[in-house]
Amino acid sequence: MSTLLRRGTPLTSTGIVLVLLVLSLVVGFVLTAVEGRNFLSSGNISALLTGISILGFIAIGQTLVILVGSLDLSVPYVVSLVSVLAAGTMAGEDGNVLPAVLLALAVAAAIGLVNGAIVAYLGVHGFIATLGTGLVISGYLATNYQGSHGSAPRSFRLVGATQVGPVPVSTLILLGCAVLVVLMLRRTRTGHHLYAVGGNREVARLSGIRTSVPVLVAHTLSSVLAALAGLLLLARLSVGSPTIGSQGDYDLMSIAAVVLGGTVLAGGKGNVVGTLAGVAIFSVLDNVMGVMGVSAFLQDVVRGLVIVVAVAVYARREIDRRPARFERPTGLDAALQEAK
Amino acid sequence: MTTTSHTSTDGTPGTPGAPAASAGAVVLRASGLTKSFAGHTVLADVDLELREGQVLGLVGENGAGKSTLMKILAGVHSPDAGTVEIGGETVTFSHPVQAQQAGLSTVFQEFNLLPERTVAENVYLGREPRRRGLVDVERMHRDTDELLAGLGVTGLRAGQRVRTLSVAEQQLVEIAKAVSYDARVIQMDEPTAALAEHEVELLYSVIARLTARGVAIVYVSHRLKEIFDLCDTITVLKDGRQVTTQPATDLDDAELVRLMVGRSISSFFPDPLPGTEVGEPLLELRGAGNGYVDGVDLTLRAGEVVGIAGLQGSGRTELLEAVFGVRPLTRGTMRIGGRDGGRDVRPRSPRAAIRAGLAMITEDRKATGLALNQTILDNALGVVRAVFPRRTGAARRELPGLLSSLEVSARAMDQEVQYLSGGNQQKVVLARWLTTEPRVVLMDEPTRGIDVGAKHSIYELMRALAARGVAVLMVSSELPEVIGMSDRIVVMRDGRVAGELPAGSTEEQVLQVATGVTGVTGEAGA
Repeated sequence: MSTLLRRGTPLTSTGIVLVLLVLSLVVGFVLTAVEGRNFLSSGNISALLTGISILGFIAIGQTLVILVGSLDLSVPYVVSLVSVLAAGTMAGEDGNVLPAVLLALAVAAAIGLVNGAIVAYLGVHGFIATLGTGLVISGYLATNYQGSHGSAPRSFRLVGATQVGPVPVSTLILLGCAVLVVLMLRRTRTGHHLYAVGGNREVARLSGIRTSVPVLVAHTLSSVLAALAGLLLLARLSVGSPTIGSQGDYDLMSIAAVVLGGTVLAGGKGNVVGTLAGVAIFSVLDNVMGVMGVSAFLQDVVRGLVIVVAVAVYARREIDRRPARFERPTGLDAALQEAK
Repeated sequence: MTTTSHTSTDGTPGTPGAPAASAGAVVLRASGLTKSFAGHTVLADVDLELREGQVLGLVGENGAGKSTLMKILAGVHSPDAGTVEIGGETVTFSHPVQAQQAGLSTVFQEFNLLPERTVAENVYLGREPRRRGLVDVERMHRDTDELLAGLGVTGLRAGQRVRTLSVAEQQLVEIAKAVSYDARVIQMDEPTAALAEHEVELLYSVIARLTARGVAIVYVSHRLKEIFDLCDTITVLKDGRQVTTQPATDLDDAELVRLMVGRSISSFFPDPLPGTEVGEPLLELRGAGNGYVDGVDLTLRAGEVVGIAGLQGSGRTELLEAVFGVRPLTRGTMRIGGRDGGRDVRPRSPRAAIRAGLAMITEDRKATGLALNQTILDNALGVVRAVFPRRTGAARRELPGLLSSLEVSARAMDQEVQYLSGGNQQKVVLARWLTTEPRVVLMDEPTRGIDVGAKHSIYELMRALAARGVAVLMVSSELPEVIGMSDRIVVMRDGRVAGELPAGSTEEQVLQVATGVTGVTGEAGA
């Protein structure tokens, strides 16, 4: 790796994370084979993809919010809220599915809009704004819902269970959303302005951009994508749960996936492809460690190490970004060469 | 205000002074522009007139009001009085974009570019071309490439990320952006400040192409050679007032400097104090280098004030940072002398440098010099507490005396430094370092952004330090300051020491060494 990084034209962050993904797939294949199992069996592939989809939706939304220079800590509570609201509205009846889904998406969009408005107009950083709204939702849930609530009818549960070959339908929906978001980022003015505001708000403002718009859009989409994750969880579990979101640690795990995917935490640089690769790496790690029977504690240790090491690699590249004037080793490289 | 002889006709808006070099229609006319900040008038009754294809040179010392004038025209500030007309229509701007849309673009020294986005995305930021509702990336790239080709620029592509471009290339992106707004007037603020020689030539040719198309240029520069090379008309500002506006052919270097300065520079800088003795070497560099500077030989003696001059990006700041362990040296030797007979050190961290007797006043006091929301006391004792905890008590006792000798004007020592003026903040920075009793003081732009009175007391402090046997190494981009304060001037270029000049050298001599250009015209030393 280190020789790769030291060459004249270094890999992009997305390049690194894709290399890391391939590497983890190879390691996963070998380790699973050692256990006498087939990593690429259709059963395992669908397990891998299923593991990706929930966090995938949330992480795509989180990517947008981070790109625009904010953060969204309210996602786990949106997930929980959507799951109980939709389950309660469906109440096991096929005819209620559509109203329930629309209600869930509308409520989520409203929450996202509020988050965005607090950030854009009140000048509160997203970290605090969404911590606040998240707490409000969490308080509402704790007061009004105890234990599981409502139920999803069979027709809705099929969304979580149907597969096309080894590929779950949920994965296809996730990919569809990813394509739409990529298109938005690359081909709409809002997408371009999202990068601009996250990169340098003042430059964006001086260029005549209304800087509130991208912030509102990013937060709204983040909540709506979290709602999709909540609906998918409902389809899998068939009942709504007021704690399903916080159990998943989706706030911090999604931020970790985004950063692992090469998006800069300060905003303005990054992309959705990297984020999906980051989510996939987590899924592969979980899958392989599950097969090997690694303890839950050790699984967290490995996840933590992967995040820290990956981001340390990016950080080092940031330091080296300013081109050295002289073609001689400096700093760590010099020390490494002297050590040889 | 210093009295200055008005050699020009008066500059009333209706009467164009001397006939301009080109006879195009008037595109920009400003009259009676006045602006004050907090009761301090920074621009008083300034008139400008600019014709198609004309280049107007705007010169004056720092603080003469050039930037304020540019910012008014760019729509960043609105004037307290006066009007601006573009193409005969009176305009008022409440946002910089309005100025651009009216045909007046500005290329500031600090570029307004997004480093992580491409050239095309930056040029069309905020008004990306669309087709069927989606951003037409292909057209954006095509148009950008055409713009660049129209400026005669080769080797710069629309899809390149701005971060990967040189300063000169980034400037071309800004110019292309200005052109893409169909600018009729482009203001350029010190456009060559960070350019190498061949890049300056490229800029000249770009300007020639623009004027041939009828674009008018307002050109702000400290470099007289460029002013005379490029400009048809020259406006001199001093203390916010318009001293004169004249055809360039009516002026020469010496006359222009006299108009700009209006007083002799030497009286502003205090002479070395009597009894100052140049003693043993306190800082010696031999072949020192790292990724930013290379092959630096330098000796700094007790009692000396040595100035480092050089263009932006020549490695001035980087040299101080290398000595101070911010970007540690990786080659060569560094020796710090002193009472203990001296020793070889190559500080690997600022902490190591401070322990060795160094102090560094950084360029940006708000970002790296002070903790703004902490008190004067905590800031002044910050370094001592961290590095020499056992000396803290003594430093605390001596602090009131030190602060009053620096003439810090503040309510009390528990006042937060963010409420002090720039000059007083800088004095707190000095106190913070003097409490460590350094043998060598590194100063990076020690008088940036502070008023004249505070500047003067910092100059006097530098002399006082020298008289006490401290060695001062100062980086400044203000040539009069370097020339006025330095016992010797070390000039840097491309990360190396390009030469050393004695005290009393002229600005032209310094610039010759700094740019590597021989044959810079005239002697403009005042």
